Amino acid sequence: MYNKKVLQHFKSPHNFGKIKNPDGIGKVGNIICGDVMWMYIKIGKNKKEEEIIKDIKFETYGCVAALASSSIVTDLAKGKTIKQAIKINQKQMVESLGGLPPVKIHCSILAVDALLEAIYDYLIKNKKVIFEGLEKHHKRIEREEKIIEEKYKEWTQVDEKINDSKE
Amino acid sequence: MKIIKTYLDYAATTPVDPRVLKAMLPYFTKKFGNSISLHTFGQEAKKALEKTRLIMAEALNAKNKDEIIFTSSATESNNLAIKGIAFANQNKGKHIIISSIEHSCVLNSSQWLEKQGFKITKIKVDKYGLIDPKEIEKAIRKDTILVSIIHANNEIGTIEPIKEIGKICEKKKVYFHTDAVQSFAKTPIDVQKMKVDLLTASSHKLYGPKGAALLYIKKGTKIEPLIHGGGHEFGLRASTVNVPAIVGFGKAVEICEKEMKKESKRQIKLRNKLINGVLKKIPDSYLNGHPTKRLPNNTNFSFAYVEGESILMDLNSYGIASSTGSACSSEELEPSHVLLACGSRLEQAHGSLRLTIGRWTKEKDINYLLKTLPKTIKKLRELSPYVQ
Repeated sequence: MYNKKVLQHFKSPHNFGKIKNPDGIGKVGNIICGDVMWMYIKIGKNKKEEEIIKDIKFETYGCVAALASSSIVTDLAKGKTIKQAIKINQKQMVESLGGLPPVKIHCSILAVDALLEAIYDYLIKNKKVIFEGLEKHHKRIEREEKIIEEKYKEWTQVDEKINDSKE
Repeated sequence: MKIIKTYLDYAATTPVDPRVLKAMLPYFTKKFGNSISLHTFGQEAKKALEKTRLIMAEALNAKNKDEIIFTSSATESNNLAIKGIAFANQNKGKHIIISSIEHSCVLNSSQWLEKQGFKITKIKVDKYGLIDPKEIEKAIRKDTILVSIIHANNEIGTIEPIKEIGKICEKKKVYFHTDAVQSFAKTPIDVQKMKVDLLTASSHKLYGPKGAALLYIKKGTKIEPLIHGGGHEFGLRASTVNVPAIVGFGKAVEICEKEMKKESKRQIKLRNKLINGVLKKIPDSYLNGHPTKRLPNNTNFSFAYVEGESILMDLNSYGIASSTGSACSSEELEPSHVLLACGSRLEQAHGSLRLTIGRWTKEKDINYLLKTLPKTIKKLRELSPYVQ
């Protein structure tokens, strides 16, 4: 089902863990759906005085595809300028993994989302200009989280019904 | 660490016992006849088929061997039982009762019947997955034609009070079907004592080949066939009969019946060692299903803060085969309906792991699992944002 490269990233993920006092955090996903990703970034500068992603780490609760895509996204983003990093997209990430099973593609979307949310968090906190695409992206994630919350309500109602019937 | 191939997914399927394979082989080459042919070749196959029917009738304590219909799979048997009863008895009523923890082939057959105008009631279970027979009695209406309750659940291994439910159905004059795929030839079954009208069993769960199953149909039961053709299996299931697989099924049942007492004792000992070991060695781990009213070979756990498919795939990298009720592992991307019905929270269902043992499971396999699984969970928890 999964290729060798995906399984390698799953077995030995790169850049996992926390960053103390990160410059930005991106938290996406929902435990209800089975995938949650937290991405931490530290910003530095390169020789040209451009802002770069100096360090990046992730924490993920999820399936093989979720863990492997978290790992590869940190590889792709590390050392890149912010301008370069926000161009990382899902297609590029899946290609870097050598492909994912079609049913698993949706699990990997979160990894790019988490990275972009971490960058957004950094820019907002430091009152920097938000790139147009990034704002749009952030709004989409907010919308999707609302949809999941609604679904979560449905699920918890199911839970409550089951528990009620037992009492 | 040395990787040791360890199969702990016997509830999914089992390897064919070499004794079974040996019994099957002549029916592929020398005794290959079509069981409805009148010549010697055909009659040879027919004889083997009828002998197997008798083995099944004896194992179930059916009154007559002609109450056994051979099919290709348990899914087919369950479809025939539910749709066949529904179609044949719709003049009497259109109400069917099932439980919320049935196998998906029973659930989906019922859901399909709902679209055809039938009414389905799903009986709830308690946190161990147990059904209260009184709930069934309450749910039976004038127009109820069938009650279908799984004997032992395939995910959590809980064994249901079939005898009590059977008594109620007999009293209320409602057909009673049970899916006994996980329990047949592993725990004692007596269709007369259990007051069962229809029962499903399958070959590949008990060391027989894939492609053979049965449906017990009590004499006098009104049922419509789903597959029409040349009148095989008393007109209830047309198709050239898969004699080699059915012969294998018969041999497999003979062996299981003979070894049942001893084997189930052995498995319960291993199962309890597995359960106690996991709960003791892994913090925030929980047993799903009933502590004692469960199949001798079934264990099912939930681990907080980690996701099931990741557990399964990490164990797989050490050579251990397991199963999970996580959404990510299913084609529909929904978590196990069985665990949710037992009141598990979604994250518990996502973090579930089923380990099922069998004829060739040894103590060293359990030891290997107990050495590996804590490492797997620890590693995945290190990656998880939920652990501080």
